[in-house]
Amino acid sequence: MRSEPVVQVQALVKRYGTKTAVDGLDLVARRGVTAVLGPNGAGKTTTVETCEGYRRPDSGTVRVLGLDPVRQSAALRPRVGVMLQSGGVYSGARADEMLRHVAKLHARPLDVDALIERLGLGSCGRTAYRRLSGGQQQRLALAMAVVGRPELVFLDEPTAGLDPQARRATWDLVRELRADGVSVILTTHYMDEAEQLADDVAIIDAGRVIAQGSPEELCRGGAENTLRFSGRPGLDVAALLKALPADCSASEVAPGSYRVVGRVDPQLLATVTSWCAQHGVMPERISVERHTLEDVFLELTGKELRA
Amino acid sequence: MTATGTYSPAPGAAPLARMITAQAALETKMLLRNGEQLLLTVIIPTLLLVLFSTVDVVDTGGGEAVDFLAPGILALAVMSTAFTGQAIATGFERRYGVLKRLAASPLPRWGLMTAKTLSVLVTEVLQVVLVAAIALALGWSPRGNPFAVLLLLVLGTAAFSGLGLLMAGTLKAEATLAAANLVFLLLLVGGGVVVPLDEFPDAAQSVLGLLPISALSDGLRDVLRHGSGMPWGDLGILAVWTVGGLAAAGKFFRWE
Repeated sequence: MRSEPVVQVQALVKRYGTKTAVDGLDLVARRGVTAVLGPNGAGKTTTVETCEGYRRPDSGTVRVLGLDPVRQSAALRPRVGVMLQSGGVYSGARADEMLRHVAKLHARPLDVDALIERLGLGSCGRTAYRRLSGGQQQRLALAMAVVGRPELVFLDEPTAGLDPQARRATWDLVRELRADGVSVILTTHYMDEAEQLADDVAIIDAGRVIAQGSPEELCRGGAENTLRFSGRPGLDVAALLKALPADCSASEVAPGSYRVVGRVDPQLLATVTSWCAQHGVMPERISVERHTLEDVFLELTGKELRA
Repeated sequence: MTATGTYSPAPGAAPLARMITAQAALETKMLLRNGEQLLLTVIIPTLLLVLFSTVDVVDTGGGEAVDFLAPGILALAVMSTAFTGQAIATGFERRYGVLKRLAASPLPRWGLMTAKTLSVLVTEVLQVVLVAAIALALGWSPRGNPFAVLLLLVLGTAAFSGLGLLMAGTLKAEATLAAANLVFLLLLVGGGVVVPLDEFPDAAQSVLGLLPISALSDGLRDVLRHGSGMPWGDLGILAVWTVGGLAAAGKFFRWE
């Protein structure tokens, strides 16, 4: 089941006037949660909106659940849930009213009251959409995306601008969707969101996928990790280095603070601690710093993600 | 895949009739909840009817003033809902992504347009009942063929809907808001609604007579006031506006 792609994008090109938003993008998303990660303007929304059938590719092919999102839109739309980046609701509508309406467009919707409760939308009461807080508007949009019990949901920056608590609530819902067999494609420029939620991450920059894999694979691949420890100042770093594998480096970054950079695995850690033992050094405050997706992104693009 | 979880997929579109009914009901509710829309579709027409019927402001020709005014106000009611109200509401729905979001729902686009039309018709029925009741209370004695009246109202609705959607689907929401209100005001004055067209210079009359509002108010007046048969000339003008407006709206309408 895991091998059956829910989204397949091949050589997608999309231009707006002279600007090329998506430039030969390939992406395969399988069942589970796929995060499309990249800075603003990388082409995330254009890619997702092409999958949702809003835009026609200038060239390339897009298949969602095996269907063409433009030509087979009528068959696809009931099976897919969409959360837009903003808006999508009548400015005078109440949250529950709009959610009930979207539910009515589907054959076997979720229990609306339970969903309202689950996402804390009950506090919206009789307030019109335009007067809801940004967080309430986001949660309503999320509820509208899932109420029809879709097989696949597209969430375009689902937690942008949310407070930490509301972010957690959204993350929890995404995890529940995944557990119940709903596939999720989400765009984000939050690294931790991708690391927390995604089975698979596609990093997009300048209209192309520049890396794809699980968060662990991406963080491991190519990137070097750091091991730090403290000890007595003036240790013989050159001697330590001789005990380490060839591709490592070691230095005393401040008196008594040591840093080893390389492929940090259990073996390396054992080598460092046994070298310390041989030299009568008690290593204190040992820490291993894993590379994050943020580091990976910086290495791949030379750019800060939230520039 | 287990079917036990709360969110386990069970996708499917609701039956078309249920989707369209739900959409039409929601659109109507939104319209009736909106204060500015009510001002346009209910308060202004009824105020004008009462004011001009009871106070002798304009020369409405021989006979009861209300016999002249009621058909014009009916035409105004149709324009206020099918053109002005629909243009403004749809313009803001486009601006706020409502049309975009609905386009991703199981409701097909033609279903959305059908629902909008139904919502306009429901509103018009309420308007016609209200205007007719007030006019009758003011001594209105309508004549003529009800079928001809119905045909005029339907064709008028179609013509104004096409023009309203054309505006909503091409201009920015704020521009639509301003332009739709301006057009409403200009056509209210220059379209034979409360001011007879023969008050205008001859040259102006021949142009103003080709406007959809003039054709609608003139046709309704011919039938309801004078008991004429089918006002083919006015129906023809409305038909041309309908075809032109809907064709242009179909071609140029942008959903986002």
